[in-house]
Amino acid sequence: MRPTALLALADGTVFEGSAFGAQGEAVGEIVFNTSLTGYQEILTDPSYTGQIVTMTCPEIGNVGVNSEDVESRQPFVEGFVVKEYWERPSNWRAQKSLAAYMREHDIVGIQGIDTRALVRRIRDRGAQQGVISTHDCDPKQLVEKAQAAPGLVGRDLVKEVSCREPYDWSQGYWELADGYRQQGTGQAPEPRFSVVAYDFGVKFNILRHLVEAGCRVRVVPAHTPAAEVLRLKPDGVFLSNGPGDPDALPYARENIAALVGKVPLFGICLGHQILGLALGGQTYKLKFGHHGGNQPVMDLTTRKVEITAQNHGFCVDVDSLSERAEVTHLNLNDRTVEGLRHTQEPLFSVQYHPESSPGPHDADYLFQRFTALMEQFRG
Amino acid sequence: MPKRTDLQSILLIGSGPIVIGQACEFDYSGTQACKALKEEGYRVILVNSNPATIMTDPDFADRTYIEPLTRPVLEKIIERERPDALLPTIGGQTGLNLAIDLAEGGILDRYGVELIGARLPAIKKAEDRDLFKAAMERIGLDLPRSGCIHSLEEAAVLRETLGLPVIIRPSRTLGGAGGGIVQTPQEFQTIVEWGLQASPTHEVLIEESIAGWKEFELEVMRDTQDNVVIICSIENFDPLGVHTGDSITVAPAQTLTDKEYQLMRDAALRIIREIGVDTGGSNIQFAVHPETGRLVVIEMNPRVSRSSALASKATGFPIAKIAAKLAVGYTLDEIPNDITRETPASFEPTLDYVVVKLPRFTFDKFPQARDLLGPQMKSVGEAMSIGRTFKEALQKALRSLEIDSYGFESTLRLGSEQAGGSVETPRDAILASLQTPNAQRLWFVAEALRLGMGVDELYQLSKIDPWFLDNIAQILECEKEIQRAKGPEETSGGGAQPTEGVAALPPGLLRRAKQMGFSDVRLGRLLGVSEDAVRAERERLGVIPVYKTVDTCAAEFVAHTPYLYSTYEGEDESQPTDRKKVVILGGGPNRIGQGIEFDYCCVHAAFALKEDGFEAIMVNCNPETVSTDYDTSDKLYFEPLTLEDVLNIVQREQPHGVIVQFGGQTPLKLAVPLERAGVPILGTPPDAIDRAEDRERFKRMLERLDLRQPANGTARSVEEAVVIAQDIAYPVLVRPSYVLGGRAMELVYDEASLRRYMREAVSVSAERPVLIDKFLDDATEVDVDALSDGRAVVIGGIMEHIELAGIHSGDSACSLPPRSLSAAVQSEIRRQTTLLAQELGVVGLMNIQFAVKEQQVFLIEVNPRASRTVPFVSKAIGIPLAKIAARVMAGKTLDELGFTQEVIPAHVNVKEAVFPFIKFPGVDTILGPEMKSTGEVMGVDQSFAMAFVKAQFAAGNILPETGTVFLSVRDRDKPATLPIARQLAENGFSMVATRGTCAFLRQHGLSVELVNKVLEGSPHIVDALQAGAIDLVINTTEGAQSIKDSFSIRRSSLECQVPYFTTVAGAEAAVEGIARLKQGLLGVCPLQAYHGEEHG
Repeated sequence: MRPTALLALADGTVFEGSAFGAQGEAVGEIVFNTSLTGYQEILTDPSYTGQIVTMTCPEIGNVGVNSEDVESRQPFVEGFVVKEYWERPSNWRAQKSLAAYMREHDIVGIQGIDTRALVRRIRDRGAQQGVISTHDCDPKQLVEKAQAAPGLVGRDLVKEVSCREPYDWSQGYWELADGYRQQGTGQAPEPRFSVVAYDFGVKFNILRHLVEAGCRVRVVPAHTPAAEVLRLKPDGVFLSNGPGDPDALPYARENIAALVGKVPLFGICLGHQILGLALGGQTYKLKFGHHGGNQPVMDLTTRKVEITAQNHGFCVDVDSLSERAEVTHLNLNDRTVEGLRHTQEPLFSVQYHPESSPGPHDADYLFQRFTALMEQFRG
Repeated sequence: MPKRTDLQSILLIGSGPIVIGQACEFDYSGTQACKALKEEGYRVILVNSNPATIMTDPDFADRTYIEPLTRPVLEKIIERERPDALLPTIGGQTGLNLAIDLAEGGILDRYGVELIGARLPAIKKAEDRDLFKAAMERIGLDLPRSGCIHSLEEAAVLRETLGLPVIIRPSRTLGGAGGGIVQTPQEFQTIVEWGLQASPTHEVLIEESIAGWKEFELEVMRDTQDNVVIICSIENFDPLGVHTGDSITVAPAQTLTDKEYQLMRDAALRIIREIGVDTGGSNIQFAVHPETGRLVVIEMNPRVSRSSALASKATGFPIAKIAAKLAVGYTLDEIPNDITRETPASFEPTLDYVVVKLPRFTFDKFPQARDLLGPQMKSVGEAMSIGRTFKEALQKALRSLEIDSYGFESTLRLGSEQAGGSVETPRDAILASLQTPNAQRLWFVAEALRLGMGVDELYQLSKIDPWFLDNIAQILECEKEIQRAKGPEETSGGGAQPTEGVAALPPGLLRRAKQMGFSDVRLGRLLGVSEDAVRAERERLGVIPVYKTVDTCAAEFVAHTPYLYSTYEGEDESQPTDRKKVVILGGGPNRIGQGIEFDYCCVHAAFALKEDGFEAIMVNCNPETVSTDYDTSDKLYFEPLTLEDVLNIVQREQPHGVIVQFGGQTPLKLAVPLERAGVPILGTPPDAIDRAEDRERFKRMLERLDLRQPANGTARSVEEAVVIAQDIAYPVLVRPSYVLGGRAMELVYDEASLRRYMREAVSVSAERPVLIDKFLDDATEVDVDALSDGRAVVIGGIMEHIELAGIHSGDSACSLPPRSLSAAVQSEIRRQTTLLAQELGVVGLMNIQFAVKEQQVFLIEVNPRASRTVPFVSKAIGIPLAKIAARVMAGKTLDELGFTQEVIPAHVNVKEAVFPFIKFPGVDTILGPEMKSTGEVMGVDQSFAMAFVKAQFAAGNILPETGTVFLSVRDRDKPATLPIARQLAENGFSMVATRGTCAFLRQHGLSVELVNKVLEGSPHIVDALQAGAIDLVINTTEGAQSIKDSFSIRRSSLECQVPYFTTVAGAEAAVEGIARLKQGLLGVCPLQAYHGEEHG
C-alpha cells in the first residue's frame, strides 16, 4: 500500500487518497486542468506557481517524463492531484517516472481520490485554497491550514519565477526525429527581427515560436525598466505569461505603459492582462478560470474558430478600456475576452496560449501577426 | 453561416443489411441525420433495405423507401422524388459507394442533385489508394510504402520492391474483405487473386507490413468555414495488423505525450483539408512505431463510421447529428452542445474516464474457421464500457460481452493437439497464441502472466503496449491478493458458511477490487462463494457503486443529459427523480441471433413510455445502437447487462418496473433472477418464459391445450438417444438442452450420424441431456408475432417461410402475408396462437413458430418475448408493434390503444437473410438449424415475385436477366424443377445441369447442356463458375455425402458472386421474379404510400 495523503479544501471538504511524488505538504489555490495530454508541460508551466493542479484526465504518468517536454527550468506547481498515477511509463521517449521527477523537485502529489467530485466542487463553488499533506493526518487541522492560506489575489508571484539575469534564446520547434531545432544551424530560420521578451514566468514554447517566426530573442527579468529595454532597440517587445494576480505588479504595468506606442507589443496571458492594465483598464478574477486545451476562441477578424490552450484565473474587463482597445478574440464558451488590439498603437495581446504545449497548434499564426506588426512598424 | 435555404429536400442512403463491417452504427448515424435534417425543416427522403432500423420508421423521414440499394432503384427514386441534394456520408461504405456510382453514372447531374458533405473529388481522393497516397505525399505525410495493382503481373513486380511480408487490401470492400498479411510467395499469389475478385474495382493495395506498430484513430470534424475539431482519440490495444473493427480499442489515447499527440492532430487537420471533405466527420487511422515514434498515415474514411459511433458514445458528442447540420451550412460554433446547452459544438471533448471497446466474435458458429485475427474483420458486434480507470473499464467490458466471462478466468483449453499430433504444453500454447492475434488474446495474456511471464517478454511476443499489459498484471496481482486473503483452500469443502470467504476480505481490498472493475461473480469464484454472498457482504459494508455523467467536458460545465456509468468512488450524480420510472434492458453486443431487431424494440419501448409520461431509463452496453443515444431515453445507463449491474441500477432508481422482453435473450435470462431479487418485471411473468423453454413443462402445457408438436424425446445417454430416434423415426433434429438459439443443433438422417453427433458435438449426461425432435420433412414453417394485454390477443403477422422447415427461422426468407397457406390453416394458427398467449399469460409480445405439413399444424417453439421479426412485421402492417407492446406492459389494454384487429397488408412483404460466409474462407454456406445470418433485408411490392426479387437484390443476390443457369437437384425435387426450367427457357436462359438433372430435363424436352460434377473431373461446374460462365445456380441436396460433394459449388458461387438457390421454393420465386423483371416491372414506392392507401 502506498502511504496515505489527504487533500483538504478551505470549504471543509477533505479527500483521502495515497501519496505519490515527494513527501510533505503543499498549499495553494486548487485548479483543474482538462487537457488529456501534456502533464509534464503543465507541471513546468511557471503560471501554476501558487496553485495545486488537478488533472481531470484519470490516468496520469503513463508516458513518464523526459528531458524535452519542459516549459521552464523546473516544475512550478505547488502540488499535483490525479485519479490514478502510473509508475511504469510506456513511451519511447520516457526517461523516468513522473513520481521520481516530482521527488527530485519536491512536488507533493495525491492520487486515488474522486477527482471528478473535486472538479465539480471547484466548478460550483469557485477556486479555493487547499492543502495536500502526506504527514498531517488531521483533517480539521488541514482545513484550517487551507483557510489560512494567502490565496492569489494581491500577491506578486512573478518575482519568484522570473529569471534573475537577461539571457538569449535560440531553440526552435521540436521535431520527431531530431528534437529541437537551433537558430544559426540552418535548422530554424535566420533572425530578421530583434525581440525583447519580458519574463513574467515565460513558457519556453513561446520563445521557440518567436525563434521560428524569425526573431532574435533576448529574455529579460520582469522588473527590467522600459528605458533599458528601449536601449536594446528591439523591433518588438513580447510580454510573457506568468502566475497570479496582474494587479499585484505595479512595476510591470508602469514599464509596459512606458513602452506603448514606442515599439510593437505582443502579450500572452499575464502579459495580456498587464497590457490591459497599462492601457488604463481593469482585471477581475474568474470563478475558477480556464485551464485546458479545448477552449473554442473566435478570431473576430476572420470569424474562424480555433481550439486553444488556456491557463488563466484572471481576465481583462474590456469595458474598462473604453475606446482605447478593441476585442479581437472571444471565448465561445463563456463569451469572455480572449484578445485585444489597440485602436491606434501597434500592440495586441491574447489571453490564451498560442504557443500551446500542451494543446492544439491552431493559434500559431499570432506569432506571424507579431512579425507582420514589427515589419509594418519598421517600414 | 446560417443553414442553406436553396435546398428543400435531401436524400439519405442507409447502409442496408447488417453484415460484418457494417452494423447498427449506421442506423444510429442515419437516424441522427434524419432527425437533425427534419428538425431543420428539410424534406427527408430515405432509402434503406433494412427494415430492422429505426431510421426506416415512417416518422423519421418524409419519404421512406425500403428498397434495394442498387443504382437502378436509386435512379427511380431520384426520378420520382427529385431531391435537391444527396448526403452520402451517413450510410457507411455501402451508402458512399452507391453515391459515387450515382455521381459517376451522371444520374445526379441529370436530375440536378448536389452531393453535400463530401463531394465526388474528395470522396475519390480518400477512397482511391493512388490518389490518397499522392495527396499524403503532397502534404508531406509519411505512409507505409505501397503500390496499387490491377493484375497478377503488376503484383509480381511490386513484390520484388517491397519484399515479404506485405499486407494485401482489396479496394472498397466492406470491412476489408479479401485481405490479409502474407508471408510466403504462395500465400501472396492466392490472396492477391482472391482480392482482385473481391474488389468491386478489381484493385488491390499491397503495402509494406507495419504489423506490430501502435495504432491510433482520430475522429475529425470540419465545417464550411474550415473550422476543424478532433472529437476523440482512440488507441488500439492490439498492434497494427488486426482490423480496427476486431481490435480492442481505448479512448482517449493513453501512451502519447502531448508533442506526439499534437503531431498526429496536425496531420489529421492537414489530411481533412487536403482531401477536401467539406463538412462532417472523418475517421483517420495512424500507426506509430513503438521505438522511434515514426508516424504514418494508414487511411481515412470521409464519412461517419463504426469508430465515429464509438467516439460519439465515448464522448457524448453526437458526430452524425452534427455532421448533418454542418452539411446544410451551419458552422460548428452555431450549433449548441446538447449536453452543456450553453457551450458550442466547436470544441474538443475531454474525458475524465476511460472507455474500452471489445469486439464480439462468433467463431463458434463457424467451426471450420480458426479464430485468428488479421486485416479482415471477423467480429459481428461490440461492447463498450466506461470506467474511471482502464482496469475498471476493461473488466466491465469483459462481462459486457456476454460470453460467460466475468473477468480474467483461467478457462482456456490449453495443451491442445497440434496438426502433427504432438501435444503442446500450456506454455507453448500460450506463446503461440500470443504471437498470432486471436479472439481469446486477453485471457491468454492473463494466463501468461499467471504462469509467471513478465510484461516485457509478453510485449516482445504480442506487441501489445506494455501499458496495457501492466494494467492486466495489476488486475491479476489483485486476484492473488484476494486469494491470499481468503486463506488456504479448504480440503473438506462444503462446510464453510457462504459468506465466510467474503468476510475474510479486508474491506479496503474489497473496495479496491471493485474499483478495478471486478464483478461479484468473479470475486465469488476467487473466494469460493456465490455471487449473492459477495453482493450481500458488499452491501453490508456499503461498497456500492456511484454513477458519473458522460458530459463532453470533464465536469467543467453543468451537464443537462443524464448519460451515466457506474464506478466505485465518492460522489453520485444519478439524481433519481420521483417520477414513475420504467427500466428497459437492452440487448448488449450484436451477435448472430441477437442484433439490431431487438435494439429496435427497446428504442420503441423508450419512445412509447416517454410519450405516456413515464421516465424511460435505458440500460445497454452496445455503442453502435440507437438505444444508447442519450436522446432516445430520459436517462441512459451505459452499463453491462449482468444481474449485478442491473440490480445496482434498480436499487438506485427504484423503478415502477423493468422491461426484459425486448432486448432478446440477454435481458430475458435475467428475468427470473431479477424477479427473485424482488424486482418488478413488467409484462409477461418470468415463469411463462420457463414454461415455454422447459421441455417437460412445455409438453405438459401442449397436452393440456391439445396442441401438437413433432414427436420428441430427451436423451441422457448415447444409447437412449439411439432408441428415441428409432422410435420417432429419422430424420431427427438434435441439440443440447443447455444452449439457446440453435447453437450446435443438427439435422441427423441416420444412426451413424447420430452417434457421431453425440460423440463429437455434445457431451451428454443426466445433467446435460440432448433433445431430439422429429424433423418434419417437406413441411412449411410459419412464424407468428402476436400481442396480448393478458386478455385480448391480436396477431401482428403470419409469416410463411420460403425455405422448408429445417432451416433456422432467422436464416429463412419469409413472406407476409403468407403465400400458400390455406385459410383453414391460417385460422388454426390464429386459434393456437390465441390459446397459447392466454395460457402463458402473455402481456406484451410473443412469437410462435409452427410447421405445417399436409394441412396439419405443429408447434415448434414459443417465445413469450419480442422476436427478430417485430420490426419487419411492424413495417409490413404499418403498426408499431413494439410501442404498443410497451404500453400494454405499462398497463394499457389493446382496446384502449385501438389495436384490436389483425392487419393483413394488401401488398407483399418479403424478408430475406444476409450471411457472412465471404468473411470465413473455407466455411460451407449451406443452411441448417443453426442460425448463421447477420442481418436481413425487406422487399416490398404488389406481387410476391417482385417482392422476392427486391429482397434478393437487397441481399446482394443480383438476379440475372439473361445468361446461363446451372441446375443440379435431388431426385424428389426433379418434378418441381421442371416448370422452373421451362420458365427459364422461355425467358431465354441457357441451362447446364449435372447428369441426373440433365437427363431428366432432356426427357421432358428441354435443351440442356451436360456439365461434370467436381468428382467427375475437369472441366467441371466449379471451373465453369470460376470462368464466369454461370449466372445463376440452383442446387438442392440431400444427405451428408451429397452436401459434402456440392460444397465447392456453393463456395465458388459465393466467391464469384453468382446468386444461388439451395431450395426449390427459393428457385421458383427467383425465376418467377426474373420473368417480371424482364417485363420491366421493377418499381419503387415509399412506405408512407403503402400504409396511406390502406388507411384510406
